[in-house]
Amino acid sequence: MADLITTPNIPNADDFYAELLAAHDGLEDAASNALNARLLLTLSNHIGDRKILSEALEVARAAG
Amino acid sequence: MLRGDRRYGERGLKTGATAGLSENKWERPVKKIFEIPMYPYARSTDQDASPRARHPVVIIGAGPVGLAAAIDLAQQDVPVLVLDDNDRVSTGSRAICFSKRCLEIADRLGAAKPMVDKGVLWNKGKVFFGDREVYDFNLLPEEGHKMPAFINLQQYYFEEYMVDRVKALQAEGKEIEIRGKNKVAAIGTHDTHVTLEIDTPEGSYNLDADWLIACDGAGSPTRRMLGKDFVGRVFEDNFLIADVVMEADFPTERWFWFDPPFNKGQSALLHKQPDGVWRIDLQLGWDIDKEKEMKPENIIPRLKAMLGDDVAFELEWVSIYTFQCRRMEDFRHGRVLFAGDSAHQVSPFGARGANSGLQDTDNLCWKLKLVIDGKADESLLDTYSVERVYGADENILNSSRSTDFITPKSTVSKLLRDAVLDLSEENRFARPLVNSGRLSVPCVYDGSSLNGPDEGQLPECSRVGSVLKDAPFEDGFLLEKIGGKFQILAINCAIQPVTTNGVTAEVVQISTPDEAMISVRYLGKAKTAVYLIRPDQVIAARWLTADSETLTTALKQAMGG
Repeated sequence: MADLITTPNIPNADDFYAELLAAHDGLEDAASNALNARLLLTLSNHIGDRKILSEALEVARAAG
Repeated sequence: MLRGDRRYGERGLKTGATAGLSENKWERPVKKIFEIPMYPYARSTDQDASPRARHPVVIIGAGPVGLAAAIDLAQQDVPVLVLDDNDRVSTGSRAICFSKRCLEIADRLGAAKPMVDKGVLWNKGKVFFGDREVYDFNLLPEEGHKMPAFINLQQYYFEEYMVDRVKALQAEGKEIEIRGKNKVAAIGTHDTHVTLEIDTPEGSYNLDADWLIACDGAGSPTRRMLGKDFVGRVFEDNFLIADVVMEADFPTERWFWFDPPFNKGQSALLHKQPDGVWRIDLQLGWDIDKEKEMKPENIIPRLKAMLGDDVAFELEWVSIYTFQCRRMEDFRHGRVLFAGDSAHQVSPFGARGANSGLQDTDNLCWKLKLVIDGKADESLLDTYSVERVYGADENILNSSRSTDFITPKSTVSKLLRDAVLDLSEENRFARPLVNSGRLSVPCVYDGSSLNGPDEGQLPECSRVGSVLKDAPFEDGFLLEKIGGKFQILAINCAIQPVTTNGVTAEVVQISTPDEAMISVRYLGKAKTAVYLIRPDQVIAARWLTADSETLTTALKQAMGG
């Protein structure tokens, strides 16, 4: 089974980051939080692999 | 027909209370089954006996669980006495959703047919979030089972059919008796028996019982009298439950609302029952004024908002139901065995109350029979507790997850819950995350001390510890041929019966060229298989082939070693 990718993996990272920010344009905090939650669930489903999802949760928790 | 709130103006409210349930009842011109004494008080010779009478098994409580235990034992020729403080079946619908496993058990007890005939079969449902429908679903049933995945049936009908079965057994000469208005007031426990003090309309009397099964519900007086009350509390909530007779033409579907406009911040459920009675569950939260919520001026507008102003309806029964998720540490205390809600309570999401209660008695009764007959050590009864505690924990886990979804406990859990529901409207991937209750399926007793060898080449769905999956067999179904005793399924091979401690496991021979579904569920890619089955239809051991010695060892182990 694959491991969580923890090395840079997004081509044109600056473009992606700008797109991520743009998705939140004009949104109040509550709507932004809701968007993030929907995005999180959508990406989680795409990944699907329970092991990778657990590893990603670990990484996110440890970094905060 | 009296409609909506008019009914309140013309009829007084009567208030009653039963264990764990406070309820209001409206008088009706036609008597419902729960208004008729089914086992009225009658003086027993035990009340004048000296020395006091002694019974092999006494069961406290004539609800679904107590009746199932009584029928199970009577079918095995164990004389059984049921004591109930009431004399009639359950008031109001209460437990309404009966699962396949529950019906399979009821079928073994000879009571399932009228339940399935009367019950409402359903597969479809809708999920609403706020003021909109987010999606609908169809739970396509798996083929090749005698029983449907679940039926909706008022608890009073379920109990009525069980009482009918008790009467049929009495007519066959079985020693099974229900004593109405016999309230157990005190319990004395001893190493070899229990002594009961019983109050009746004609005063109290005492009797002894070798074994006592407490099926006296969530508020179990037995549990309290023994000082074994629950510890800890996982979750608590209140529900207004209403049986509504409607002239509306709603489809036979389960409708579930998250945060609906008519019940802000809470949930609601609408489900069809037989006789044009609809069951409505409105979540109220944990910190409520029950007296206030029960008032007609509070109930009627809520129901009108839910059903629409133009829908004429009549209330048959209303109650506020309080639940907690918790269980006893041990379901056995010497000669006293706890089953059903007296031993464990869960949230109503997922229909895990009465359904798991019948799985308790299914597990318990054959073990008790072996112990009473001296064919197994008393310690076999400890495995009842171990196995059913395992089942209760699974039910508590599942229903706690449902309640966490339905009633988010924090800002972020609400954020995620709402995100799931918002996504679910257009995105199928989010729908499995929507949790309005995971319907009850039997647990697998993985790791039980009664389990014998497993064979990994055989299908996973029939692993050791599982309930036997039904399949078409000969001119009927497999489960009709199995249960109530130890049996061996010999698939495509010849096996002789084996005997140990006076218990014989008989053989059911199956040839799979004629039985396609059995092949899928019990052979997989293998050519032959041998399954040892417990009296509760649980798989105790399985092999590709087995000799007599192997089978005898496994049979011994399944009886407690």
